[in-house]
Amino acid sequence: MSVSSHLLINEGAMGRNRAVRRLGQLGLWLNPVFAYFFLWAPILILVLFSFNESRSVASFTGFTLKWYNNILNNVMGAERAFSTEIMLNAFRNSLFVGTIATIIATVLGTMIALAMARGKFPGKKLIDGLLFLPVVIPEITQAISLAIFFKVAFDWIATISGERIFPGFHTIIMAHVTFNISFVAIVVRARLADMDPQLEEAANDLGANPWQTFWRVTFPLILPGVISGALLAFTLSLDDFVITFFTSGVGTSTLPVFVYGLLKLTVTPEVNAISTIMMVLSTLLIGISLVLQGRSASRV
Amino acid sequence: MSQRLKRLRQDGVFLAAPTILWLVIFFVLPLAVVLVFSFMSRGRGGVAIMPFTLDHYQRTFGVFFIILQRSIGLAALTTVVCLIVGYPLAFFISTRRRRIVQQIALFLVILPFWTNFLIRTYAWRILLGEEGTINGVLLSLGLISEALPLLNTQLAVLIGLVYGFLPFMVLPIYASVERFNFRYVDAAHDLGANDVRTFTRVVLPLTLPGVLAGCALVFIPSVGAFVTPDLLGGTKGLMIGNLINKQFGGSGNMPLGSALSIVMMAVVMISLLVYVFADRREARA
Repeated sequence: MSVSSHLLINEGAMGRNRAVRRLGQLGLWLNPVFAYFFLWAPILILVLFSFNESRSVASFTGFTLKWYNNILNNVMGAERAFSTEIMLNAFRNSLFVGTIATIIATVLGTMIALAMARGKFPGKKLIDGLLFLPVVIPEITQAISLAIFFKVAFDWIATISGERIFPGFHTIIMAHVTFNISFVAIVVRARLADMDPQLEEAANDLGANPWQTFWRVTFPLILPGVISGALLAFTLSLDDFVITFFTSGVGTSTLPVFVYGLLKLTVTPEVNAISTIMMVLSTLLIGISLVLQGRSASRV
Repeated sequence: MSQRLKRLRQDGVFLAAPTILWLVIFFVLPLAVVLVFSFMSRGRGGVAIMPFTLDHYQRTFGVFFIILQRSIGLAALTTVVCLIVGYPLAFFISTRRRRIVQQIALFLVILPFWTNFLIRTYAWRILLGEEGTINGVLLSLGLISEALPLLNTQLAVLIGLVYGFLPFMVLPIYASVERFNFRYVDAAHDLGANDVRTFTRVVLPLTLPGVLAGCALVFIPSVGAFVTPDLLGGTKGLMIGNLINKQFGGSGNMPLGSALSIVMMAVVMISLLVYVFADRREARA
Protein backbone atom coordinates (compact mmCIF):
# COMPACT_ATOMS: atom_id res chain seq x y z
CA MET A 1 0.00 0.00 0.00
CA SER A 2 2.63 2.46 1.05
CA VAL A 3 4.89 1.68 -1.91
CA SER A 4 2.15 1.95 -4.50
CA SER A 5 0.81 5.22 -3.11
CA HIS A 6 4.27 6.73 -3.05
CA LEU A 7 4.72 5.78 -6.69
CA LEU A 8 1.54 7.56 -7.56
CA ILE A 9 2.73 10.89 -6.21
CA ASN A 10 4.20 12.93 -9.05
CA GLU A 11 7.43 14.90 -8.89
CA GLY A 12 5.76 18.29 -8.50
CA ALA A 13 3.74 17.21 -5.46
CA MET A 14 6.84 15.78 -3.82
CA GLY A 15 8.76 18.98 -4.44
CA ARG A 16 5.91 20.98 -2.95
CA ASN A 17 5.77 18.66 0.02
CA ARG A 18 9.47 19.13 0.63
CA ALA A 19 9.10 22.91 0.48
CA VAL A 20 6.21 22.75 2.97
CA ARG A 21 8.27 20.60 5.29
CA ARG A 22 11.24 22.96 5.18
CA LEU A 23 8.97 25.92 5.81
CA GLY A 24 7.40 24.04 8.72
CA GLN A 25 10.78 23.23 10.21
CA LEU A 26 11.91 26.83 9.85
CA GLY A 27 8.69 28.01 11.53
CA LEU A 28 9.09 25.51 14.32
CA TRP A 29 12.48 27.03 15.11
CA LEU A 30 11.62 30.70 14.56
CA ASN A 31 8.44 30.57 16.61
CA PRO A 32 10.08 29.59 19.93
CA VAL A 33 12.81 32.19 19.39
CA PHE A 34 10.18 34.87 18.93
CA ALA A 35 7.93 33.53 21.70
CA TYR A 36 10.64 33.35 24.35
CA PHE A 37 11.87 36.81 23.37
CA PHE A 38 8.31 38.12 23.67
CA LEU A 39 7.86 36.50 27.10
CA TRP A 40 11.16 37.63 28.59
CA ALA A 41 12.06 40.95 26.96
CA PRO A 42 9.51 43.14 28.83
CA ILE A 43 10.54 41.81 32.22
CA LEU A 44 14.26 42.01 31.55
CA ILE A 45 13.95 45.56 30.20
CA LEU A 46 11.99 46.57 33.28
CA VAL A 47 14.77 45.20 35.50
CA LEU A 48 17.46 46.81 33.34
CA PHE A 49 15.95 50.29 33.52
CA SER A 50 15.56 50.08 37.29
CA PHE A 51 19.39 50.38 37.30
CA ASN A 52 19.54 53.15 34.69
CA GLU A 53 21.48 56.29 35.57
CA SER A 54 19.07 58.65 33.76
CA ARG A 55 15.31 58.77 34.24
CA SER A 56 14.77 57.77 30.62
CA VAL A 57 13.55 54.34 29.56
CA ALA A 58 14.57 55.02 25.94
CA SER A 59 18.28 54.39 26.33
CA PHE A 60 20.56 52.95 28.98
CA THR A 61 23.17 55.50 30.07
CA GLY A 62 24.89 53.85 32.99
CA PHE A 63 24.49 51.73 36.10
CA THR A 64 23.17 53.13 39.39
CA LEU A 65 21.49 51.97 42.57
CA LYS A 66 20.11 55.39 43.47
CA TRP A 67 16.48 54.54 42.65
CA TYR A 68 16.60 51.66 45.10
CA ASN A 69 18.17 53.99 47.60
CA ASN A 70 15.37 56.49 46.99
CA ILE A 71 12.63 53.99 47.78
CA LEU A 72 14.27 53.06 51.03
CA ASN A 73 14.59 56.73 51.96
CA ASN A 74 11.08 57.94 51.28
CA VAL A 75 11.96 59.86 48.12
CA MET A 76 10.16 59.24 44.93
CA GLY A 77 10.24 61.29 41.77
CA ALA A 78 9.99 65.04 41.84
CA GLU A 79 6.25 65.21 41.74
CA ARG A 80 5.13 63.02 44.57
CA ALA A 81 6.17 62.19 48.06
CA PHE A 82 6.53 58.49 48.51
CA SER A 83 6.32 56.77 51.82
CA THR A 84 8.29 53.63 52.46
CA GLU A 85 6.20 53.25 55.60
CA ILE A 86 2.93 53.11 53.63
CA MET A 87 4.40 50.52 51.28
CA LEU A 88 5.58 48.30 54.12
CA ASN A 89 2.22 48.73 55.79
CA ALA A 90 0.48 47.59 52.60
CA PHE A 91 2.77 44.57 52.51
CA ARG A 92 1.86 43.74 56.12
CA ASN A 93 -1.82 44.07 55.21
CA SER A 94 -1.28 41.62 52.34
CA LEU A 95 0.33 39.06 54.62
CA PHE A 96 -2.39 39.45 57.25
CA VAL A 97 -5.28 39.12 54.79
CA GLY A 98 -3.53 36.25 52.97
CA THR A 99 -2.93 34.27 56.15
CA ILE A 100 -6.46 34.52 57.55
CA ALA A 101 -8.14 33.97 54.17
CA THR A 102 -5.91 30.97 53.47
CA ILE A 103 -6.75 29.30 56.78
CA ILE A 104 -10.51 29.70 56.33
CA ALA A 105 -10.48 28.76 52.64
CA THR A 106 -8.32 25.70 53.27
CA VAL A 107 -10.67 24.36 55.96
CA LEU A 108 -13.81 25.03 53.90
CA GLY A 109 -12.25 23.78 50.65
CA THR A 110 -10.98 20.57 52.23
CA MET A 111 -14.36 19.91 53.86
CA ILE A 112 -16.27 20.21 50.61
CA ALA A 113 -13.65 18.14 48.77
CA LEU A 114 -14.07 15.33 51.33
CA ALA A 115 -17.85 15.57 51.18
CA MET A 116 -17.84 15.43 47.39
CA ALA A 117 -15.43 12.50 47.23
CA ARG A 118 -16.89 10.34 50.00
CA GLY A 119 -20.40 11.55 50.70
CA LYS A 120 -23.53 10.30 48.97
CA PHE A 121 -26.21 12.94 48.73
CA PRO A 122 -28.37 14.52 46.05
CA GLY A 123 -27.46 17.72 44.20
CA LYS A 124 -23.79 16.92 43.67
CA LYS A 125 -23.90 18.17 40.07
CA LEU A 126 -25.25 21.47 41.30
CA ILE A 127 -22.49 21.78 43.91
CA ASP A 128 -19.94 20.98 41.21
CA GLY A 129 -21.25 23.92 39.25
CA LEU A 130 -21.18 26.12 42.34
CA LEU A 131 -17.51 25.23 42.88
CA PHE A 132 -16.63 25.65 39.22
CA LEU A 133 -18.21 29.07 38.61
CA PRO A 134 -15.95 31.24 40.82
CA VAL A 135 -12.97 29.93 38.84
CA VAL A 136 -14.36 30.90 35.45
CA ILE A 137 -16.38 34.08 35.86
CA PRO A 138 -14.40 37.26 35.18
CA GLU A 139 -12.77 38.82 38.23
CA ILE A 140 -14.43 42.16 37.64
CA THR A 141 -17.89 40.57 37.87
CA GLN A 142 -17.06 38.91 41.15
CA ALA A 143 -15.48 42.15 42.38
CA ILE A 144 -18.46 44.41 41.70
CA SER A 145 -20.99 41.83 42.88
CA LEU A 146 -19.21 41.67 46.24
CA ALA A 147 -18.88 45.47 46.37
CA ILE A 148 -22.61 45.89 45.76
CA PHE A 149 -23.47 43.07 48.14
CA PHE A 150 -21.43 44.53 51.01
CA LYS A 151 -22.92 47.95 50.42
CA VAL A 152 -26.48 46.61 50.45
CA ALA A 153 -25.81 44.41 53.48
CA PHE A 154 -24.14 47.22 55.47
CA ASP A 155 -26.90 49.68 54.58
CA TRP A 156 -29.43 47.15 55.80
CA ILE A 157 -27.54 46.52 59.03
CA ALA A 158 -27.25 50.28 59.58
CA THR A 159 -31.01 50.82 59.31
CA ILE A 160 -31.75 47.93 61.64
CA SER A 161 -29.17 48.44 64.35
CA GLY A 162 -28.03 52.00 63.69
CA GLU A 163 -24.49 50.67 63.61
CA ARG A 164 -22.56 51.51 60.45
CA ILE A 165 -20.01 48.93 59.24
CA PHE A 166 -17.34 50.08 56.81
CA PRO A 167 -15.38 47.93 54.37
CA GLY A 168 -11.98 46.88 55.65
CA PHE A 169 -9.99 43.75 56.36
CA HIS A 170 -13.13 41.72 57.04
CA THR A 171 -14.59 42.44 53.58
CA ILE A 172 -11.28 41.70 51.80
CA ILE A 173 -10.88 38.45 53.74
CA MET A 174 -14.45 37.32 53.00
CA ALA A 175 -13.88 38.07 49.30
CA HIS A 176 -10.54 36.22 49.21
CA VAL A 177 -11.98 33.17 50.97
CA THR A 178 -14.77 33.07 48.39
CA PHE A 179 -12.51 32.91 45.35
CA ASN A 180 -10.00 30.61 47.08
CA ILE A 181 -12.40 27.83 48.22
CA SER A 182 -12.75 26.43 44.70
CA PHE A 183 -9.01 26.29 44.10
CA VAL A 184 -8.36 24.47 47.39
CA ALA A 185 -11.22 22.06 46.67
CA ILE A 186 -9.87 21.27 43.19
CA VAL A 187 -6.37 20.49 44.50
CA VAL A 188 -7.57 18.40 47.47
CA ARG A 189 -10.06 16.48 45.31
CA ALA A 190 -7.27 15.54 42.91
CA ARG A 191 -5.34 14.11 45.85
CA LEU A 192 -8.42 12.26 47.18
CA ALA A 193 -9.00 10.74 43.76
CA ASP A 194 -5.53 9.17 43.92
CA MET A 195 -6.21 7.70 47.35
CA ASP A 196 -7.48 4.16 47.83
CA PRO A 197 -10.86 4.31 49.68
CA GLN A 198 -10.28 0.76 50.89
CA LEU A 199 -7.76 2.12 53.38
CA GLU A 200 -10.61 3.91 55.15
CA GLU A 201 -12.77 0.81 55.04
CA ALA A 202 -9.90 -1.19 56.52
CA ALA A 203 -9.50 1.29 59.39
CA ASN A 204 -13.23 1.09 59.95
CA ASP A 205 -13.17 -2.73 59.98
CA LEU A 206 -10.39 -2.59 62.54
CA GLY A 207 -12.71 -0.68 64.84
CA ALA A 208 -11.71 2.92 64.31
CA ASN A 209 -14.56 5.41 64.56
CA PRO A 210 -15.05 7.94 61.73
CA TRP A 211 -13.20 10.63 63.66
CA GLN A 212 -10.20 8.36 64.28
CA THR A 213 -10.31 7.13 60.68
CA PHE A 214 -10.17 10.68 59.43
CA TRP A 215 -7.29 11.88 61.61
CA ARG A 216 -5.20 8.69 61.52
CA VAL A 217 -5.73 7.58 57.92
CA THR A 218 -7.40 10.06 55.59
CA PHE A 219 -5.86 13.30 56.76
CA PRO A 220 -2.20 12.20 56.70
CA LEU A 221 -2.73 10.85 53.19
CA ILE A 222 -4.32 13.99 51.79
CA LEU A 223 -2.04 16.38 53.70
CA PRO A 224 0.23 17.11 50.72
CA GLY A 225 -2.86 18.08 48.75
CA VAL A 226 -4.08 20.28 51.59
CA ILE A 227 -0.68 21.99 51.80
CA SER A 228 -0.57 22.56 48.04
CA GLY A 229 -4.09 23.97 48.17
CA ALA A 230 -3.19 26.29 51.02
CA LEU A 231 -0.05 27.53 49.24
CA LEU A 232 -2.03 28.14 46.09
CA ALA A 233 -4.66 30.05 48.06
CA PHE A 234 -2.00 32.16 49.80
CA THR A 235 -0.32 32.99 46.49
CA LEU A 236 -3.62 33.94 44.84
CA SER A 237 -4.51 36.07 47.83
CA LEU A 238 -1.19 37.96 47.83
CA ASP A 239 -1.44 38.43 44.07
CA ASP A 240 -5.04 39.57 43.80
CA PHE A 241 -5.69 43.10 42.71
CA VAL A 242 -9.13 43.48 41.08
CA ILE A 243 -11.30 41.93 43.80
CA THR A 244 -9.30 43.55 46.61
CA PHE A 245 -9.51 46.93 44.86
CA PHE A 246 -13.31 46.80 45.01
CA THR A 247 -13.68 45.41 48.52
CA SER A 248 -10.99 47.25 50.50
CA GLY A 249 -11.66 50.25 52.68
CA VAL A 250 -9.65 53.26 53.76
CA GLY A 251 -6.23 52.30 55.14
CA THR A 252 -6.55 48.61 54.36
CA SER A 253 -4.89 48.61 50.93
CA THR A 254 -2.88 45.51 50.17
CA LEU A 255 0.42 45.65 48.30
CA PRO A 256 -1.07 45.16 44.80
CA VAL A 257 -3.60 47.95 45.44
CA PHE A 258 -0.79 50.23 46.62
CA VAL A 259 1.37 49.34 43.61
CA TYR A 260 -1.56 49.98 41.24
CA GLY A 261 -1.71 53.54 42.55
CA LEU A 262 1.94 53.99 41.59
CA LEU A 263 1.68 52.29 38.20
CA LYS A 264 -1.22 54.51 37.17
CA LEU A 265 1.15 57.49 37.35
CA THR A 266 3.90 57.97 34.84
CA VAL A 267 6.79 55.59 34.33
CA THR A 268 9.50 56.44 36.86
CA PRO A 269 12.71 54.62 37.72
CA GLU A 270 11.54 54.24 41.32
CA VAL A 271 8.45 52.36 40.17
CA ASN A 272 10.73 50.17 38.05
CA ALA A 273 12.82 49.49 41.14
CA ILE A 274 9.77 48.60 43.27
CA SER A 275 8.50 46.34 40.48
CA THR A 276 11.86 44.60 40.33
CA ILE A 277 11.86 44.03 44.08
CA MET A 278 8.32 42.64 43.96
CA MET A 279 9.24 40.42 41.05
CA VAL A 280 12.22 38.93 42.88
CA LEU A 281 10.16 38.48 46.06
CA SER A 282 7.23 36.71 44.40
CA THR A 283 9.53 34.48 42.36
CA LEU A 284 11.38 33.51 45.54
CA LEU A 285 8.13 32.93 47.42
CA ILE A 286 6.60 30.69 44.74
CA GLY A 287 9.92 28.89 44.22
CA ILE A 288 10.21 28.10 47.92
CA SER A 289 6.60 26.95 48.14
CA LEU A 290 7.07 24.64 45.15
CA VAL A 291 10.18 23.11 46.73
CA LEU A 292 8.26 22.59 49.99
CA GLN A 293 5.38 21.07 48.06
CA GLY A 294 7.69 18.71 46.22
CA ARG A 295 9.21 17.65 49.52
CA SER A 296 5.93 17.05 51.30
CA ALA A 297 4.65 15.10 48.30
CA SER A 298 7.69 12.87 48.13
CA ARG A 299 7.63 12.12 51.85
CA VAL A 300 4.21 10.46 51.73
CA MET B 1 -19.68 -1.81 53.83
CA SER B 2 -20.51 -1.41 57.48
CA GLN B 3 -23.45 0.50 58.83
CA ARG B 4 -21.18 3.08 60.41
CA LEU B 5 -19.40 3.87 57.17
CA LYS B 6 -22.71 4.24 55.39
CA ARG B 7 -23.76 6.77 57.97
CA LEU B 8 -20.48 8.61 57.52
CA ARG B 9 -21.21 8.93 53.81
CA GLN B 10 -24.63 10.37 54.48
CA ASP B 11 -22.97 12.73 56.91
CA GLY B 12 -21.21 14.17 53.87
CA VAL B 13 -24.11 16.61 53.70
CA PHE B 14 -23.09 18.12 57.03
CA LEU B 15 -19.49 18.24 55.93
CA ALA B 16 -20.47 20.09 52.77
CA ALA B 17 -23.00 22.41 54.40
CA PRO B 18 -20.70 25.18 55.78
CA THR B 19 -18.90 25.62 52.46
CA ILE B 20 -22.13 25.59 50.47
CA LEU B 21 -23.59 28.16 52.86
CA TRP B 22 -20.50 30.36 52.44
CA LEU B 23 -20.65 30.19 48.64
CA VAL B 24 -24.39 30.87 48.62
CA ILE B 25 -23.96 33.96 50.80
CA PHE B 26 -20.80 35.40 49.22
CA PHE B 27 -21.12 34.19 45.65
CA VAL B 28 -24.69 33.36 44.63
CA LEU B 29 -26.42 36.06 46.65
CA PRO B 30 -24.14 38.90 45.40
CA LEU B 31 -24.74 37.81 41.80
CA ALA B 32 -28.48 37.77 42.48
CA VAL B 33 -28.25 41.31 43.88
CA VAL B 34 -26.39 42.41 40.72
CA LEU B 35 -29.13 40.86 38.60
CA VAL B 36 -31.85 42.72 40.54
CA PHE B 37 -29.85 45.99 40.49
CA SER B 38 -29.47 45.77 36.73
CA PHE B 39 -33.24 46.24 36.37
CA MET B 40 -33.50 49.15 38.82
CA SER B 41 -33.30 52.90 38.24
CA ARG B 42 -30.35 55.12 39.08
CA GLY B 43 -30.71 57.22 42.22
CA ARG B 44 -28.56 60.04 43.60
CA GLY B 45 -24.91 59.06 43.96
CA GLY B 46 -25.32 56.22 41.48
CA VAL B 47 -27.25 53.88 43.79
CA ALA B 48 -30.14 51.70 42.71
CA ILE B 49 -33.72 52.79 43.42
CA MET B 50 -37.19 51.72 42.34
CA PRO B 51 -38.94 51.49 39.89
CA PHE B 52 -37.75 48.66 37.67
CA THR B 53 -36.57 49.61 34.21
CA LEU B 54 -34.92 48.13 31.13
CA ASP B 55 -33.02 51.37 30.47
CA HIS B 56 -29.59 50.03 31.33
CA TYR B 57 -29.90 47.06 29.00
CA GLN B 58 -31.08 49.39 26.25
CA ARG B 59 -27.99 51.54 26.77
CA THR B 60 -25.74 48.47 26.92
CA PHE B 61 -26.98 47.40 23.49
CA GLY B 62 -27.29 51.01 22.34
CA VAL B 63 -24.59 53.60 23.03
CA PHE B 64 -22.27 51.09 24.67
CA PHE B 65 -22.67 48.39 22.04
CA ILE B 66 -19.48 49.53 20.32
CA ILE B 67 -17.51 48.86 23.50
CA LEU B 68 -19.13 45.46 23.97
CA GLN B 69 -18.26 44.69 20.36
CA ARG B 70 -14.69 45.89 20.85
CA SER B 71 -14.26 43.74 23.98
CA ILE B 72 -15.48 40.60 22.25
CA GLY B 73 -13.43 41.43 19.14
CA LEU B 74 -10.23 42.08 21.10
CA ALA B 75 -10.75 38.89 23.14
CA ALA B 76 -11.30 36.86 19.96
CA LEU B 77 -8.22 38.38 18.34
CA THR B 78 -6.20 37.69 21.51
CA THR B 79 -7.31 34.06 21.36
CA VAL B 80 -6.29 33.73 17.69
CA VAL B 81 -2.87 35.33 18.26
CA CYS B 82 -2.26 33.17 21.35
CA LEU B 83 -3.15 30.10 19.29
CA ILE B 84 -0.82 31.07 16.44
CA VAL B 85 2.06 31.76 18.83
CA GLY B 86 1.18 29.11 21.42
CA TYR B 87 0.50 26.02 19.31
CA PRO B 88 3.95 25.82 17.65
CA LEU B 89 5.55 26.73 20.97
CA ALA B 90 3.74 23.93 22.82
CA PHE B 91 4.68 21.62 19.95
CA PHE B 92 8.32 22.68 20.17
CA ILE B 93 8.42 22.12 23.95
CA SER B 94 6.80 18.69 23.91
CA THR B 95 8.96 17.39 21.07
CA ARG B 96 12.28 18.00 22.86
CA ARG B 97 13.88 14.59 23.18
CA ARG B 98 15.49 14.98 26.58
CA ARG B 99 13.11 15.25 29.50
CA ILE B 100 15.20 17.91 31.27
CA VAL B 101 15.28 20.18 28.19
CA GLN B 102 11.51 19.82 27.93
CA GLN B 103 11.08 20.82 31.55
CA ILE B 104 13.38 23.83 31.24
CA ALA B 105 11.58 24.96 28.07
CA LEU B 106 8.25 24.72 29.90
CA PHE B 107 9.63 26.44 32.99
CA LEU B 108 10.82 29.36 30.85
CA VAL B 109 7.21 29.88 29.76
CA ILE B 110 5.82 29.73 33.30
CA LEU B 111 8.49 31.68 35.21
CA PRO B 112 7.61 35.19 33.92
CA PHE B 113 4.07 34.57 35.19
CA TRP B 114 5.13 34.32 38.77
CA THR B 115 5.35 38.08 38.62
CA ASN B 116 2.25 40.05 39.59
CA PHE B 117 -0.08 40.73 36.66
CA LEU B 118 0.03 44.49 37.32
CA ILE B 119 3.80 44.61 36.99
CA ARG B 120 3.85 42.46 33.87
CA THR B 121 1.36 44.84 32.31
CA TYR B 122 3.27 47.90 33.51
CA ALA B 123 6.41 46.56 31.78
CA TRP B 124 4.65 47.21 28.46
CA ARG B 125 4.17 50.85 29.39
CA ILE B 126 7.95 51.14 29.51
CA LEU B 127 8.26 49.52 26.09
CA LEU B 128 5.36 51.18 24.28
CA GLY B 129 5.39 54.70 25.73
CA GLU B 130 6.03 57.77 23.59
CA GLU B 131 9.41 58.10 25.29
CA GLY B 132 9.60 54.36 25.75
CA THR B 133 12.16 51.78 24.76
CA ILE B 134 10.74 50.79 21.37
CA ASN B 135 10.40 54.38 20.20
CA GLY B 136 13.83 55.17 21.65
CA VAL B 137 15.51 52.39 19.71
CA LEU B 138 13.67 53.13 16.46
CA LEU B 139 14.47 56.85 16.72
CA SER B 140 18.14 56.30 17.45
CA LEU B 141 18.39 53.91 14.52
CA GLY B 142 16.83 56.58 12.35
CA LEU B 143 14.02 54.27 11.24
CA ILE B 144 11.37 56.79 12.27
CA SER B 145 11.55 60.55 12.56
CA GLU B 146 9.00 61.01 15.32
CA ALA B 147 7.70 58.77 18.07
CA LEU B 148 4.98 56.30 17.07
CA PRO B 149 1.77 56.40 19.10
CA LEU B 150 1.91 52.86 20.48
CA LEU B 151 0.61 53.23 24.02
CA ASN B 152 -3.07 53.93 24.65
CA THR B 153 -4.18 52.11 21.53
CA GLN B 154 -6.11 48.92 20.87
CA LEU B 155 -2.87 47.38 19.62
CA ALA B 156 -1.31 47.98 23.04
CA VAL B 157 -4.29 46.25 24.71
CA LEU B 158 -4.01 43.32 22.28
CA ILE B 159 -0.29 42.93 23.03
CA GLY B 160 -0.93 43.17 26.78
CA LEU B 161 -3.71 40.58 26.67
CA VAL B 162 -1.65 38.14 24.59
CA TYR B 163 1.24 38.65 27.00
CA GLY B 164 -1.01 38.14 30.00
CA PHE B 165 -2.73 34.97 28.86
CA LEU B 166 -0.33 33.14 26.51
CA PRO B 167 0.57 30.41 29.05
CA PHE B 168 -3.14 29.55 29.37
CA MET B 169 -2.96 28.55 25.71
CA VAL B 170 0.45 26.86 25.83
CA LEU B 171 -0.11 24.61 28.87
CA PRO B 172 -3.25 22.70 27.78
CA ILE B 173 -1.89 22.29 24.23
CA TYR B 174 1.40 21.05 25.66
CA ALA B 175 -0.53 18.46 27.70
CA SER B 176 -2.31 17.27 24.53
CA VAL B 177 0.78 17.11 22.32
CA GLU B 178 2.67 15.32 25.09
CA ARG B 179 0.10 12.50 24.99
CA PHE B 180 0.13 12.39 21.19
CA ASN B 181 1.71 9.27 19.75
CA PHE B 182 4.05 10.32 16.95
CA ARG B 183 3.84 6.89 15.31
CA TYR B 184 0.53 8.08 13.89
CA VAL B 185 2.52 10.59 11.82
CA ASP B 186 4.67 7.79 10.38
CA ALA B 187 1.54 5.77 9.72
CA ALA B 188 -0.09 8.69 7.89
CA HIS B 189 3.05 9.18 5.81
CA ASP B 190 3.18 5.49 4.96
CA LEU B 191 -0.39 5.69 3.81
CA GLY B 192 0.62 8.46 1.42
CA ALA B 193 -0.50 11.58 3.25
CA ASN B 194 1.71 14.64 2.81
CA ASP B 195 2.75 16.85 5.74
CA VAL B 196 -0.14 19.30 5.46
CA ARG B 197 -2.67 16.49 5.26
CA THR B 198 -1.02 14.62 8.13
CA PHE B 199 -1.26 17.73 10.25
CA THR B 200 -4.87 18.62 9.44
CA ARG B 201 -6.17 15.03 9.50
CA VAL B 202 -4.10 13.45 12.27
CA VAL B 203 -2.10 15.82 14.50
CA LEU B 204 -4.63 18.64 14.81
CA PRO B 205 -7.72 16.48 15.54
CA LEU B 206 -5.86 14.52 18.21
CA THR B 207 -4.58 17.67 19.95
CA LEU B 208 -7.87 19.53 19.54
CA PRO B 209 -9.01 19.04 23.17
CA GLY B 210 -5.98 21.04 24.30
CA VAL B 211 -6.64 23.71 21.68
CA LEU B 212 -10.28 24.04 22.76
CA ALA B 213 -9.37 24.27 26.45
CA GLY B 214 -6.67 26.83 25.66
CA CYS B 215 -9.07 28.98 23.63
CA ALA B 216 -11.63 28.98 26.45
CA LEU B 217 -8.97 29.79 29.05
CA VAL B 218 -7.72 32.77 27.00
CA PHE B 219 -11.02 34.12 25.68
CA ILE B 220 -12.89 34.24 28.99
CA PRO B 221 -10.47 36.37 31.04
CA SER B 222 -9.78 38.54 27.97
CA VAL B 223 -13.44 39.53 27.61
CA GLY B 224 -13.53 40.57 31.25
CA ALA B 225 -10.11 42.23 31.28
CA PHE B 226 -9.84 45.35 33.39
CA VAL B 227 -6.19 45.90 34.34
CA THR B 228 -4.74 45.54 30.81
CA PRO B 229 -6.99 48.09 29.06
CA ASP B 230 -6.78 50.32 32.13
CA LEU B 231 -2.97 50.52 32.04
CA LEU B 232 -2.37 50.23 28.30
CA GLY B 233 -5.54 51.20 26.46
CA GLY B 234 -6.33 54.80 27.34
CA THR B 235 -9.69 55.97 25.95
CA LYS B 236 -9.15 54.31 22.56
CA GLY B 237 -8.68 50.88 24.06
CA LEU B 238 -11.51 51.10 26.60
CA MET B 239 -13.11 47.72 27.25
CA ILE B 240 -16.30 46.66 29.01
CA GLY B 241 -14.36 45.94 32.21
CA ASN B 242 -13.28 49.61 32.42
CA LEU B 243 -16.79 50.78 31.69
CA ILE B 244 -18.07 48.67 34.59
CA ASN B 245 -15.33 50.05 36.85
CA LYS B 246 -16.34 53.61 35.97
CA GLN B 247 -19.89 53.01 37.21
CA PHE B 248 -18.54 52.54 40.72
CA GLY B 249 -16.65 55.82 40.96
CA GLY B 250 -17.88 59.24 42.03
CA SER B 251 -20.35 59.98 39.23
CA GLY B 252 -21.16 56.33 38.74
CA ASN B 253 -24.26 54.39 37.94
CA MET B 254 -24.41 51.08 39.81
CA PRO B 255 -27.50 49.72 38.01
CA LEU B 256 -25.81 50.38 34.66
CA GLY B 257 -22.61 48.73 35.91
CA SER B 258 -24.73 45.76 37.00
CA ALA B 259 -26.42 45.47 33.60
CA LEU B 260 -23.03 45.61 31.86
CA SER B 261 -21.76 42.87 34.19
CA ILE B 262 -24.76 40.65 33.51
CA VAL B 263 -24.27 41.01 29.76
CA MET B 264 -20.56 40.24 30.13
CA MET B 265 -21.39 37.16 32.20
CA ALA B 266 -23.82 36.06 29.50
CA VAL B 267 -21.02 36.31 26.93
CA VAL B 268 -18.77 34.23 29.18
CA MET B 269 -21.49 31.63 29.77
CA ILE B 270 -22.21 31.34 26.05
CA SER B 271 -18.52 30.83 25.28
CA LEU B 272 -18.32 28.20 28.04
CA LEU B 273 -21.31 26.38 26.57
CA VAL B 274 -19.71 26.49 23.12
CA TYR B 275 -16.55 25.02 24.64
CA VAL B 276 -18.38 22.23 26.49
CA PHE B 277 -20.42 21.41 23.38
CA ALA B 278 -17.36 21.37 21.10
CA ASP B 279 -15.38 19.30 23.59
CA ARG B 280 -18.17 16.71 23.91
CA ARG B 281 -18.54 16.44 20.15
CA GLU B 282 -14.79 16.07 19.90
CA ALA B 283 -14.73 13.32 22.51
CA ARG B 284 -17.48 11.43 20.71
CA ALA B 285 -15.76 11.64 17.31
